[in-house]
This record gives sequence, C-alpha cells and structure tokens, in this order.
Amino acid sequence: MIVVNNLTKSFGELQVLKGVSEHIRKGECVVLIGPSGSGKSTFLRCLNLLETPTSGEIIFDGVSMTDPKTDINRMRQKMGMVFQHFNLFPNMTILRNITLAPERTKLMTRKEAEERAMELLARVGLQDKASAYPAQLSGGQKQRIAIVRAMCMNPDVLLFDEPTSALDPEMVGEVLDVMKDLAMAGMTMVVVTHEMGFAREVANRVLFLDEGVIVEEGDPHNIFFNPQSERLKSFLSKVL
Amino acid sequence: MSAWQQFYVRFYQAFIENDRWRQYIDGVGTTLLVTALALLLGVILGVIVASVRTAHDQQSPNRRNPVLAILNGIFKIYVTVIRGTPMMVQLMIMGFVIFASSRDYVMVGALTLGINSGAYTSEIIRGGLMSVDAGQMEAGRSLGMNYLDTMRFIIVPQAIKAILPSLGNEFIVLLKDTSLISVIGGKELLYAARGVVSRTYEAMYPYVGTAIIYLLLVMLFTWLLGIFERRLRASDRR
Repeated sequence: MIVVNNLTKSFGELQVLKGVSEHIRKGECVVLIGPSGSGKSTFLRCLNLLETPTSGEIIFDGVSMTDPKTDINRMRQKMGMVFQHFNLFPNMTILRNITLAPERTKLMTRKEAEERAMELLARVGLQDKASAYPAQLSGGQKQRIAIVRAMCMNPDVLLFDEPTSALDPEMVGEVLDVMKDLAMAGMTMVVVTHEMGFAREVANRVLFLDEGVIVEEGDPHNIFFNPQSERLKSFLSKVL
Repeated sequence: MSAWQQFYVRFYQAFIENDRWRQYIDGVGTTLLVTALALLLGVILGVIVASVRTAHDQQSPNRRNPVLAILNGIFKIYVTVIRGTPMMVQLMIMGFVIFASSRDYVMVGALTLGINSGAYTSEIIRGGLMSVDAGQMEAGRSLGMNYLDTMRFIIVPQAIKAILPSLGNEFIVLLKDTSLISVIGGKELLYAARGVVSRTYEAMYPYVGTAIIYLLLVMLFTWLLGIFERRLRASDRR
C-alpha cells in the first residue's frame, strides 16, 4: 500500500534519514520505535509529504507521492494524520473541527459529514462534546477527537505521530484503546510511539530506527524478546 | 486687560471670530476622510503583501512558484523603501514631484498615507499569520485541504485576534499622521489651525485646541477598539 524506496531527508547539514526502504501493507499496524532524534517522526511526516524528502521515492496506492505532478491534496485525503499536540482548531466547535475537511474537499455534503462525525463521536464516547470547543476538553478527549477528525475522511491509512506523548499518564489508556479498536477493525496504521506495551500488543510489525536507518525490524515478539543488534538491546534495556 | 478678558479675546479670535470654528470642523472632516481612505488602502495593500510574502515563505522546497518569488521580491523592496524613509519626505515627493500637477492635495495625501500604512500593516498581518502555531497549518493540510482553504478557515481567523491590538495602534498612528498632509496643502485640521495662526498672530489657542481635538478623537477610537476587542475575546472564553 505504501512503498518507500531509499528515502533520505536532510535539514541543512544534518542528515536525519539515511536511506530508508520499507513496504507497508494493507491492514497492517506498523509501529516505529527508537531513541529521540532517530528520525521516526521525520519518516512519518515524509509519508504524507509534510516534510519534503531530500531524495528517494514514496508510492502510495500505486501513485508516486514524490512526483511534483501528483495532486498532493487528493493523496492526503486518503492518509489521515494524528499529531502529538492534537492540533485541533481552537476557533471552531468539535463538530466543525471534524466536518470542515470532508466538506471543503467535497468528499461529503455538510449533512453527510455531520452524520458521519456523530457516528464516529459515539464510537469514542464523545458525542456529547459535539458543540464544545477544544479548550474545554482534556488532553485525552482532544486526541480522541483528533483521531475522529482524521477518520471522518475515510482514509486508507492513519499516521500517528507520538499520539500519547503529550498526555497526562492517566489519559494515555483511553487514546490507546481507541487506536487498538481501529487496528482490530483492520485499519492500516503507522504509529510512532514510546508506548512499548502498545507496540507489543497491537503491532503486526515493529521497526527500530536509529540514526536515520532501520536497524532492525520484525514481529513484536522477536523485537522485544529476541533482539539481534546491540543497539536495540541497549535501547530496550533503557525503556523496558 | 485682566487675565480673563485676555483669555476671552484670544479664544474668541482663535475659534469664533469670522466663524473660524467651521474651518476646524471642516479640517476634522478631512482628517477623518483621509484616515478612512488611507486605512482602507493600507489594509488592502497590507493583506495582499502579507498573503504573498507568507505564501512564498510557506512553499515546499521543490514546488516553488516563480511568480510568487518575483512578487515577493517587489514587495520586500516596497516595505524596505517605505519603512526606510520618513513619512514627510514621502509626502513631499508624492506632492511636489510625482503628482506635482495635481491640485487634489487631499487625495494625494490619502494615497501617500495609504501606501505608507500598507507597508507597516503588511508586517503586522504577516506577524499575525506567523504567530499561529505551525501545527494548525499541518493539521489542515494533512486532512487534504488546500492551502487557501486552510488559510481561510483555520489560520486567518486565529491571526485576526492576535493582530487586532497592533492594527488598532497602526490606525491611531495613521490618524495622527494625517496632520502631515498640511505640508502639501491638504486642508485638514492642522492646516486650518495654521491658517488661523497666520491671521491672528496668536499660536497657542489654535495649536493647543488642535492637540485637544486629536486627543479626543484618539481617545474615542481607543474606546471603540477596546469594546470590539473585548467582544472578540469574550468568544474565546467559551
């Protein structure tokens, strides 16, 4: 579904990604782990071109994202993203936060979008917040809304950029539960996280990034209980 | 003459004799007209310049638009020149060089002030657009919305709240700067006062009177802006 070929990204002199190749399949939940500065977030942000890759190729549903002729807005409609800091729009209600994009991109009429939004809000247990503003919500609620906002576009893939890192510990669970449900329902997901428990339980595949390359990848059991490289062993000894 | 008699005579000369108060009233009218026209032009120019410059800065590196680059260059020169030269000099060049043959001093003045204000306003607006968290633009774009829609529904409404105080400040500066157009013959408030001074040889009452009128105008607009801002902020605390 997403094919990444030899992706590199530099910020000035600093090369953050040093040639990453990866194939993400439909229905898979891929979790990226690694120390800070390893390039996990940059990799994720390159997938929907929030960061422009320095070189390499990203092919999504058979279309090259990196080709300048590609209609990037259309491609992004099928590739939702959830951010560390939620990035809800503070100037509109929760319902409008969710319906704005499907309506403006002509994916749905306003009425359709609102129906879909209410249905999704009910699924995360926040239908009573539809007319609230983001400032009135807790961090965990905001992040669940952000997931609903991305889901309302009916995307083929969801990208999660450290979705629980900005949350109070007691709110992490409610967000992870929503993500688990999505993964169980067969959503294709790429998740950057420090939640090793989530990676172990939910991921189909775990990628360990360090210094801009994928050092090791495999199913969660092998990554966590049978790490091969010294780098992964020392990383796990610190985080587990 | 007693002090009271002296006050009365001078006050009478400065404001009442020959219906001179009418000149002040007309002057205030012109001042407000020039302020309004210059403000309108300034905001229009400011919005255009700020939009182009912000859009130019926010392009992704491999999809650069050459038209934006050229416009951005022109607008940068515009802002540099306008901010780098005194308002008075700009007025004199416009009034006595570029529009030397025009006798519509008020319009030349309003045009010059508008062009001047546009440079400052554009920087205020640009600052406001940049002050909105970058994550807002990323969130809008990641949902597949295009740049203009993201600006219109997400960035601009948030930026407006941030720039209102500075914009109000710019408006007050503009109101007072209209007094400069008297040097090219614009018949605004200060021009009226100068006319009275040259006829009565008495400077204090016309000039202090002018100062008081400006002060009252500025206080009035500050009060109105305060109400407007409070209203916007009230909608924040929902």
